[in-house]
Amino acid sequence: MKPLIESDRFVRVGAPLLIGALLLGVWEYACRHWAVPVYLFPKPSDIYGSLAKDWYPLLGALYVTMKVTFQAFFFAVLLGTLIAFMFVQSRFIEISFFPYAVLLQVTPIVAIAPLIIILVKNTQVALTVCATLVALFPMISNTTIGLRSVDQGLQNLFRMNKANRTATLLRLRIPSALPYFFAGLRISSGLALIGAVVAEFVAGTGGRSSGLAYEILQAGFQLDIPRMFAALLLIAVAGILMFVLMAGLSKLALGGWHESEITAET
Amino acid sequence: MTAGHATPTEPAPPVVEVLSATKTFADGTKALAPVDLSIRDGEFLTLIGPSGCGKSTLLKLVANLIEPTDGRLVWWRGGFDQVGEAGKKLAFVFQDATLMPWSRIEANVRLPLDLAGVPKSVSAPKVADALKRVGLDGFGDRYPRQLSGGMRMRVSIARALVTDPNLLLMDEPFGALDEFTRNKLDADLLALWWERKLTSVFVTHSIYEAVFLSTRVAVMAARPGRIFKVMEIDEPMPRDESFRESARFADLCRQLSAWLADASLPQRSSAMDPDA
Repeated sequence: MKPLIESDRFVRVGAPLLIGALLLGVWEYACRHWAVPVYLFPKPSDIYGSLAKDWYPLLGALYVTMKVTFQAFFFAVLLGTLIAFMFVQSRFIEISFFPYAVLLQVTPIVAIAPLIIILVKNTQVALTVCATLVALFPMISNTTIGLRSVDQGLQNLFRMNKANRTATLLRLRIPSALPYFFAGLRISSGLALIGAVVAEFVAGTGGRSSGLAYEILQAGFQLDIPRMFAALLLIAVAGILMFVLMAGLSKLALGGWHESEITAET
Repeated sequence: MTAGHATPTEPAPPVVEVLSATKTFADGTKALAPVDLSIRDGEFLTLIGPSGCGKSTLLKLVANLIEPTDGRLVWWRGGFDQVGEAGKKLAFVFQDATLMPWSRIEANVRLPLDLAGVPKSVSAPKVADALKRVGLDGFGDRYPRQLSGGMRMRVSIARALVTDPNLLLMDEPFGALDEFTRNKLDADLLALWWERKLTSVFVTHSIYEAVFLSTRVAVMAARPGRIFKVMEIDEPMPRDESFRESARFADLCRQLSAWLADASLPQRSSAMDPDA
């Protein structure tokens, strides 16, 4: 049995926590030492106080934002995978449509969000559309690359054994694509959240939103800076949780065989 | 070095006949000049030659993985389409083990049977038997990454054996392995071949491997790829490690080495071959 300080798990969780606590301590101390006014830069204790006081509306806003995020993520995965399958079916489809997928990716969502929010009556739907657009591209490109990167030898093996299209798809193409698909999931989940928040900002300026971005805007108007930070904290925590969730899913699916998920056995 | 079979009685029909087959790739590379070759029933034929002599190309033609540019091939006196109807099966062992990393060893070996729609109740004992033959009893529930290079190659051979093929084609299967592992696998492969009298075509760079395994060795020359000379090795089977140490083995290796040197002479020299 190794001493606790040397155990891998302790270091992995403990070290970042320690750094975090240290930084919070320095932050709190510095704010108190120089008596920084709370409307300029709040202390961690102020933020905690705000979170404790306003937890109900903040959690409500978090719920609204996460609903948009998950809906957008769901549609991005669904559409992205479907489009990737279409691309793989025919080179012609890919060549014809891929530039438009790229166009979608490089167009800043902040620029087109107002348009979408005006065009789509239902705010919830408009926000979901915006966030989906942001999260879609990594799913398309990753899954397409994955479906294409099939080992040449295995492909020959399947052909020699007269495997039909369905069998090749299920037993060869899809398993080969999984690592790329899961890498896409991680990127896309984060982007869905960012897309949702950005869209809410745009919608929020028009007073048609109730998510965390709206909370941030409102807190800014009212100079309630601790509450602004509290909302920001919730967004960050939600993002991290999404990432951890995707990493866990990936480990669950690939843990048995793929290099990226294997811990060194020495 | 003696010509002909030990018992020149009525010859069995050839398994595959290569009739003036050529192969030119899309980029204009002439991989094979017209090649004529007849693969005899039950023989262990090895194709050896310098890099670029088209030995892998010839093997892929025999496997029908590629089609000849000119000339043709005949399988069991018929076209490739009739191979299945005639109840004949080919198996191919690639340069790499080419296992599916996401499947356990068992599932990897079972793949050809699964693809042929064989129910699990029938395939399971066959898989177990194939694994036992290659000495991997009890490794069925591992993943490929948990096995060494030599063991993965054994899995690959087990997967080829599981269908009970009539012709086994191997493309430098042990090329990436260390000398010791290679010798061990060669000995085991030869024992398997002897047990089943399974017609085999084997591609290699190694003179020692060729002499140890084969009943016949075709020496190939490069640019364009062609068969230069054919050597019959009538050393009786089963062979064991003592054959490797015999004076006859050394003689055969020397002869083959000289032929390989000649094979690369007339055309542009190809001194790249480490074994030549």
